[in-house]
Amino acid sequence: MATTLTINGEQKSFDAPPEMPLLWVLRDILGMTGTKFGCGIAQCGACTVHIDGKAVRSCVLPVSAVRDRAVTTIEAVGNSPAGAKVQKAWLDLEVIQCGYCQSGQIMAAAALLAATPNPDDSDIDAAMAGNICRCGTYVRIREAIKQAASGRQS
Amino acid sequence: MLTTEKLRQENSADGVSRRALLTGGLATGFLLAFHLPLRAASYAVNEPVQPADVTAGKFAPNAFIRIDETGNTTLIMPQVEMGQGTYTSISMILAEELDADWTKVALLHAPPNDKLYGNPTFGLQVTGNSNSIRAWWKPLRTAGASARAMLVQAAAAEWQVDPASCTTSRGEVTHAASGRKLGYGALALAAQGQTPPKDVPLKDPKDFVYIGQPLKRLDTPEKVNGKAVYGIDALLPDMKFATVAACPVFGGKVAKVDDTAAQKVPGVRKIVVLDDTVAVIGDHMWAAKKGLAALKIEWDEGPNARIGSKEIWQHLRAASEKDGAVAKSVGDIAKGLATGDKFEASFEMPFLAHASMEPINATIHVKPDSCEVWTGTQIASRVQSEAAKAAGLPVEKVIVNNHLLGGGFGRKLEPDMVVAAVKIAKQVDYPVKVVWTREEDIQHDVYRPVYRDTVTATLVDGKVAAWKYKVAGSAVLARWLPPAFQKGIDIDAVDAAVDAPYDIPNFHVEYVRAEPPAVPTGFWRGVGPNNNVFAVECAMDELARKAGKDPVEFRRAMLANKPRALAVLNTAAEKANWGQPLPPRVGRGVCLQPSFETFIATVVEAEIDELGEVAVRRVVSVVDTGIAVNPDTVKAQIEGGLIFGLTAALYGEITIDKGRVQQSNFHDYRMLRIDQTPKIEVHVVKSGEPPGGIGEAGVNAGPPALRNAILAATGVALRRMPIDRSLIAMGKKA
Repeated sequence: MATTLTINGEQKSFDAPPEMPLLWVLRDILGMTGTKFGCGIAQCGACTVHIDGKAVRSCVLPVSAVRDRAVTTIEAVGNSPAGAKVQKAWLDLEVIQCGYCQSGQIMAAAALLAATPNPDDSDIDAAMAGNICRCGTYVRIREAIKQAASGRQS
Repeated sequence: MLTTEKLRQENSADGVSRRALLTGGLATGFLLAFHLPLRAASYAVNEPVQPADVTAGKFAPNAFIRIDETGNTTLIMPQVEMGQGTYTSISMILAEELDADWTKVALLHAPPNDKLYGNPTFGLQVTGNSNSIRAWWKPLRTAGASARAMLVQAAAAEWQVDPASCTTSRGEVTHAASGRKLGYGALALAAQGQTPPKDVPLKDPKDFVYIGQPLKRLDTPEKVNGKAVYGIDALLPDMKFATVAACPVFGGKVAKVDDTAAQKVPGVRKIVVLDDTVAVIGDHMWAAKKGLAALKIEWDEGPNARIGSKEIWQHLRAASEKDGAVAKSVGDIAKGLATGDKFEASFEMPFLAHASMEPINATIHVKPDSCEVWTGTQIASRVQSEAAKAAGLPVEKVIVNNHLLGGGFGRKLEPDMVVAAVKIAKQVDYPVKVVWTREEDIQHDVYRPVYRDTVTATLVDGKVAAWKYKVAGSAVLARWLPPAFQKGIDIDAVDAAVDAPYDIPNFHVEYVRAEPPAVPTGFWRGVGPNNNVFAVECAMDELARKAGKDPVEFRRAMLANKPRALAVLNTAAEKANWGQPLPPRVGRGVCLQPSFETFIATVVEAEIDELGEVAVRRVVSVVDTGIAVNPDTVKAQIEGGLIFGLTAALYGEITIDKGRVQQSNFHDYRMLRIDQTPKIEVHVVKSGEPPGGIGEAGVNAGPPALRNAILAATGVALRRMPIDRSLIAMGKKA
């Protein structure tokens, strides 16, 4: 069944079962591998994308539920002001280690900043606690979100 | 029909080609031709993911350095990048002695080749045991210095001057007396004709320009925009996707498979039945998963179906009562234990899964006369030879394309996922990406062994007079590197036991090999020192209490001959406000460790409520790792290592019932999250000693320091990991 989605501002058409999670459409049909598979049950956040600007776990989101909503992935998050600020802060503070979870971390952080431009610690906890980082980069993630919010340079 | 690869090209965020990056550079000004992780826009089936190591027309003085005529400098990485920052640190070491232009540095993964790229410590390509920098420090400095000397010789010959009158800096040779300069690119071909010098001098550390600087990591820019390519991201024309179910009971086999329903799932291409595993190949992971769920599999559970955690612990406890092989003995332990105030305690540590964020995976294309592997591994050459065996091909017919690793932690020191994927891919003529679900990844790991460590000690005049420490647990090394297992001693399992920093006149370490029934064991980040540092530091705190001494003071008195250990302990105590008053039910715990030739003192401050819930408030670590090649990486590794260790202390345990792992995903195999993360302060000590290991050291510190903080706050002396909140709530005093 042909489905058309708007992903990163472009129309993409493909055949996929309606219940197929968006994650696998992105990775295995569209070849957009920046969005990662971590757990498959919305426990780790590695697969986070934006649906109409909101952070959503794509591993449990049936592709048919997306409909005409705008999908943004890590490949294009830098086109938004919040996404670009987050990417810059991530590099300035050298947040990343293995990097596998960081697509999801960046997507979650960008959605947070777009909705809450000056988050406090509890805002950060609430927005980011769904994203696991096995390398343990949490201290720097917190700091980088604050830096991205304030616009200050490292 | 569009192939996957075509679609990938169309979806590539900016369509940037490998060639464009190689020639055009990035906005940062770095060439950073990270050949491997780039979204390869144009490779075909038979082309390797990364370009071959071309030496023609280049200065190629050794296995690690290639300089072309434009001065672009490709450094070949013998160790793999799994987050620990080694790509950057190794490049810094080579660039330092080469006096390379850092902005022209590009990286290439080493192909499988033990002769050229074997880890000097192991004799084969291994990234593990926190030894990348330790093992390669001297060889890579020498490689860089030797290449530099050849470039200087070439310039001196061109100018007809004494090489000693030339200097180098940032990719140029200068003859100051005549004001002449030549770039390394211009000298590349002439340098290739030079003879490498014997006994090339290395720089005095005071002249280092890169080493010791917090240079930006080379691998991170592509990790913020989805461009970094991990093994799981391999995409090939006409590839299919598979996922697996292995017999849930360790050692069991497939008995019978009914695939009637699975064959009808749209997108399912093939069901592959192996000895102990069933795989479904489909058009995408979703079809493979649905197909797998639709299979009716009967398992022959085999002899392990009655094994549970209870039997495993009984077995280990019985084994730990036996005498072990003596790993170290100083003084007279029997005599020492005969007098003084006696203490004995056993410390138990559970099985742990690795749970790297990138689940295990391998992409394989088997053809009649060759096999190609795309994966991220800590053991490239072993993967090549094991894939060859599984494919029934000579080793040289197997190509291994290594990738960035989405976490390794020791799991990717094993080739099992590649072997299984080759067996699956052998059944079809197209490339197959085999991805383990998180559940299969957690339930078919090689687990951090269960350990039971017993400390028997005596106190005389408030100091430890005798110390008998017996480690009982699996000998991972005996399986993994048999020649290293000598005289019944697993040198990894007792690594930080024999190196305990304390001055104790009668000091004795034993090891009992105890392989758990049913459960496969392997290396896990922090390796042997995890159990050693835990037992030693927990016992020291209990001994301090018994002696009526402050835990820091008690340790300090036994460190007169270990100035580095003493210095980090003193600094950590000061930075962590040791001894200053705390609110009720808040405690500080200390841990001092000598692991991986790095001295670390850590203080954890934790609050424990009356129901036993533990909140870690603050962690201070002071690190003397010798020369810190990249101090920011050292800091990051300790921060992350502490979280990794604290995660294990707070939640980590794999339990077994009926021969099966009971945990399956992050809901029941929990990870520390950002809202539970304490303040972490890492202080890196300036030191001129040779570099120590850093990737795993932080892991060792978390559990004992937290456990000792709980002891300080509540008087409850936990002797088993993970922490048991019910014991704390019941207030069972030491």
